[in-house]
Amino acid sequence: MANRKLRVMVAKPGLDGHDRGARVIARAFRDAGYEVVYTGLHQTPEEIVQAAIQEDVDLIGLSSLAGAHMYLFPRVVELLKEQGVNDVAVCGGGIIPDEDVPKLKTAGIVEIFTPGTKLDDIVHWVEENIKPRAV
Amino acid sequence: MKIMSGAVEKVIAGDVRTVARLIRDIDDKVPEVRETLKALYAHTGKAYVIGITGAPGVGKSTLVDQMVAHLRKEGKTVGVLAVDPTSPFTGGAILGDRIRMQRHSLDDGVFIRSLATRGHFGGLTQSTRSAIDVLDAMGRDVIIVETVGVGQDEVDVVKSAQTTVIMVIPGMGDDIQAIKAGILEVGDIFVINKADREGADKTLSELRLMIDMGQDKYHEGKWRPPILKVEAIFDKGVAELLEEIERHRKYLIGAGGPVLRRTKEKVREELAEMVKNRLIEEIFDALTESGEFEQAVEAILSGETDPYTACDDLIIPKLNRLKPTEGA
Repeated sequence: MANRKLRVMVAKPGLDGHDRGARVIARAFRDAGYEVVYTGLHQTPEEIVQAAIQEDVDLIGLSSLAGAHMYLFPRVVELLKEQGVNDVAVCGGGIIPDEDVPKLKTAGIVEIFTPGTKLDDIVHWVEENIKPRAV
Repeated sequence: MKIMSGAVEKVIAGDVRTVARLIRDIDDKVPEVRETLKALYAHTGKAYVIGITGAPGVGKSTLVDQMVAHLRKEGKTVGVLAVDPTSPFTGGAILGDRIRMQRHSLDDGVFIRSLATRGHFGGLTQSTRSAIDVLDAMGRDVIIVETVGVGQDEVDVVKSAQTTVIMVIPGMGDDIQAIKAGILEVGDIFVINKADREGADKTLSELRLMIDMGQDKYHEGKWRPPILKVEAIFDKGVAELLEEIERHRKYLIGAGGPVLRRTKEKVREELAEMVKNRLIEEIFDALTESGEFEQAVEAILSGETDPYTACDDLIIPKLNRLKPTEGA
């Protein structure tokens, strides 16, 4: 019987050495029953996009605590488009000022989660908004 | 199925997205995938498959990463299948093998895919073998399959490789005793990783002793599994490992002809496995879809029947349908 399982990538773009948050998120996604590919630290947007294609994920979750999200996040969306990938959603989280959130959304990042967001709320958002690719 | 149309041609042409999606469809048991695999089979059999297994934390992913770097220098294209366990409680999995290999992600000559064990009915073996076929048809010269060395499924997976590498680390002590049943026998090459640590030589001599105890297997020109000391993270001993793999490949060609995955023994084993899995899957799916399975569960709970009778009642009608000649 065909049984689609949600595949999610958790990625740390750029020069940012802090991945506790990303690991906690990865764990929450695992506990929600998803298959979670974690890339590790210091990834370029190019590396993230290639990995996402090879892994055939439905969602990329980007984590940034280092302030370069305004370049890194939209660049991932851009590269996906360049590669003709139109069915992989991108969301983000980390230390992101409120005024940047609408700009990131305009750039194609579906949702931004800032500090204090409950894990349950993030998982709930994924349940509501991200569906695995149709069989 | 617009994805599937032309999939065969695209896989053979090496199209990464098609390959990635096909492996997902295999994993998710999309029925249409069988037709694609049938068509792809004629294009398989060229890749050399290396299986790597060992306890968690022995350094499998780090070693694979270094092996990929060496193979790429030789100009070979590589496919990597990294298998991590699915949580039996939530069905989720964290697939972290990529972390050690991400430096290859921009290299077109390297395709890395993380797979979760998922854990139903030995499906891992089946889906991993199919994924190997896809990477093979894609034209990868070498395919490396990495699994955690626990459980029959994982052993079966590495058994479908031509060369199986078993990894240990020094100081495992009695753990080496634990690996000898079942897994020692499938090893063609043994690697003691983190060999700069205390106890590497002791581990080596213990391993040597245990392997050679089965020496009736190794006399008369039979393959005697070498044991290598490696420090994967510093790239020490990795070139030597690849030389040993090459030596093993030549030994196999000398022993059993060039098409290594298609020895009679392997074909028999793979087909038997496929029949078994398919049978279980079809029958179980039919029972679940018709609701008979849940009814039986309820009947046992309410004391109407017992599991043994329920099992007979569920299976026997299905099996009778399978043998139309009898009693006809």
